[in-house]
Amino acid sequence: METLLKAIVFLPLLGAVTAGLFGTAVFRYVGGAPPQPAHDAHAEEDGHHHFHYDGPRWPMLLTTGILLLVAALAWVAFFDVIAGHTYKVVIAEWVRSGKLVAQWALRVDTLTAVMLVVVTTVSALVHVYSLGYMSHDPHQPRFFAYLSLFTFAMLMLVTSDNLLQMFFGWEGVGLASYLLIGFWYDRASANAAAIKAFVVNRVGDFGFALGIFATFALFGSIEFDPIFAAAPEMAEKTMHFLSRDVPALELIGLLLFMGAMGKSAQFLLHTWLPDAMEGPTPVSALIHAATMVTAGVFLVARMSPIYELAHVAQQVVLAIGAVTAFFAATVGLVQNDIKRIIAYSTCSQLGYMFAALGVGAYGVGMFHLFTHAFFKALLFLGAGSVIHAMADEQDIWRMGGLYPYIKRTWAMMLIGTLALTGFPFTAGYFSKDAIIEATYAAHTPLGEAAFWLLVVAAGFTAFYSWRLMFVVFHGKPRASRETLARVHESPAVMMVPLYVLAAGALFAGFLFKDWFIGEAEAEFWGQAIYRAAHNEIVEAMHHVPAWVKWAPFVMMVSGFSVAFLFYMVKTDLPEKLARAFRPVYLFLLNKWYFDELYDVLFVRPAFALGRLLWKGGDQKIIDGLGPDGVSALAAAVGRVASRLQTGYLYHYAFAMLLGIAGLLTWLMMGG
Amino acid sequence: MSIGLAHYLGVAATLFTIGVFGIFLNRKNVIVILMSVELMLLAVNINLVAFSTHLGDLMGQVFALLVLTVAAAEAAIGLAILVVYFRNRGSIAVDEIDSLKG
Repeated sequence: METLLKAIVFLPLLGAVTAGLFGTAVFRYVGGAPPQPAHDAHAEEDGHHHFHYDGPRWPMLLTTGILLLVAALAWVAFFDVIAGHTYKVVIAEWVRSGKLVAQWALRVDTLTAVMLVVVTTVSALVHVYSLGYMSHDPHQPRFFAYLSLFTFAMLMLVTSDNLLQMFFGWEGVGLASYLLIGFWYDRASANAAAIKAFVVNRVGDFGFALGIFATFALFGSIEFDPIFAAAPEMAEKTMHFLSRDVPALELIGLLLFMGAMGKSAQFLLHTWLPDAMEGPTPVSALIHAATMVTAGVFLVARMSPIYELAHVAQQVVLAIGAVTAFFAATVGLVQNDIKRIIAYSTCSQLGYMFAALGVGAYGVGMFHLFTHAFFKALLFLGAGSVIHAMADEQDIWRMGGLYPYIKRTWAMMLIGTLALTGFPFTAGYFSKDAIIEATYAAHTPLGEAAFWLLVVAAGFTAFYSWRLMFVVFHGKPRASRETLARVHESPAVMMVPLYVLAAGALFAGFLFKDWFIGEAEAEFWGQAIYRAAHNEIVEAMHHVPAWVKWAPFVMMVSGFSVAFLFYMVKTDLPEKLARAFRPVYLFLLNKWYFDELYDVLFVRPAFALGRLLWKGGDQKIIDGLGPDGVSALAAAVGRVASRLQTGYLYHYAFAMLLGIAGLLTWLMMGG
Repeated sequence: MSIGLAHYLGVAATLFTIGVFGIFLNRKNVIVILMSVELMLLAVNINLVAFSTHLGDLMGQVFALLVLTVAAAEAAIGLAILVVYFRNRGSIAVDEIDSLKG
């Protein structure tokens, strides 16, 4: 079993290294000049990639094969772990410095096993899908190498046994995300989006790093077992932070949550996620919907022994989660880019997960993570299929009436939408409704507020999901005749992953609900999730009033009805509304003006400060007094000295004579 | 009045000064400079011979002969350089010889 776990984690790395070093041009031109890239005038004209790939195919097949194998192994491991086993595989010692000890180790309990299954399954399906989606891209070995590298980093993250290894995986997935968002590096917008994602994540990672330091300062260890064992004794301890004494566990919880906010694109640090849609669509499905963005949820669930003792931090998690769910859903209502709508939906669903964690229902949050991975990856890959069919068109207002052309993609998107909106007995119905019930069951004022936010957000979710379906697939075709003539169903290699994910979206909730949040829940999670003695949230969740249970369903139906009315029956209504409530519409369309606000608050002051230091500090002071000043001084002295050199012989002779006269005078007078 | 050492030295000093001024005030051509240099060397020779008779030491006169030889060689080389210079630049005017100007 230990070998199997090692294989799960390290085979993707092997694939990434092999494909990345030997499948790409890294070593191909050693000792010679690389050929000039073929200039494709047509591609520049419309910004599309009409390239052809004629390199080797083995890097793609190798990485995909490895991932399929790893996914199968992960399911084996999953069923082994839920049978009651936990593993801790020590691979090597990494750091030993005084009290600080960090090992490379694979910690596999139920929490990790769930993540293993999610990550490897979605990753394998995305690999397969990319075989078709990226088949014309000239750099596809690099793409597959990055995908496998990401998978490895994510697996390192979820199997970590200490905070340092988790940070390694955390930064590894950040790196892979950066590389993949900027995969089409000839697009300026892709580079900007990649840098934005990286920089915004730095803000969160700063908090995460401080959280690790605080943990070490308090516990004297960064390994999970000693931390969790010692946590109850530390509940009363305080720490000196920002020149005041604060409860230590609250501080650690808040700092770690700051990291989670960055990675999971929560309110205030969410701005990078919609921009990250610049990357290829399979990347959006894998990294920015199913796995990497859920790392924050995993972190909070993993640190449940801390959060159970840190009530303020828990409240903050709940508040941020609920606000994110609501905020992102409102923005999703009016977006026009098919991928951005789904991106805001992801942001919103992540908010749901955090809300569940915030009321102590860790299993419920993880359950939503689990089901969300299926239906959100399905939606993204389905959107990719639509984009593929429409020759890289992403604006939903240039689609419309696609249903007769791509029926199978339509069916897949329909399943994804049903699952996302929580249609009865689909995956989202079990997990999302459970979160809403859990916030109600918390019976705190904040829980009550979160409950209402989430219920309203559920209505918005239904509205924007169905809006997308109606505008893209139904109504009058708005695309040009030529585009419509070329609309085609995607090849089987892209459709099969959709079928698998659709099966997950339909049945994952029903099949797994007893384990994740039902009767077998305590047994299923075992020691992986810690709950304080008074935490009966999962029990209370099942005993909420009937109207609470019905609220999300009612919201879903009303969201659907409004969307149907707006985009199928009275299609002029949305425009009239937008004109009548223009400020509100613009406020939502511009995403609550967060980008503009950050631009004024941070970006421009940073640029101004940079310019001041560059022009003033560097060029004027350092260069001016340093190298430039010295050289200018030497030149000035040289100019004066050179003026003495007239070139006339008699001047030199006269100078010599004066010198001799002076010397003689000195000798005679002095002697 | 008898002619003593001081008179010889006076003549030599006068000649030397004329030579020095010949170098500095001359703006015309390089030959004048060469002549001025010869004049200064002769002034030195007079000094040497005058001190030789005054002190009764023949060494001074031997040295004067040596200086004459060197002066002759120097004049030959100087004139040779002058000829070559004229061929190259087409002029030996002192004002135009300023290649060393910075």
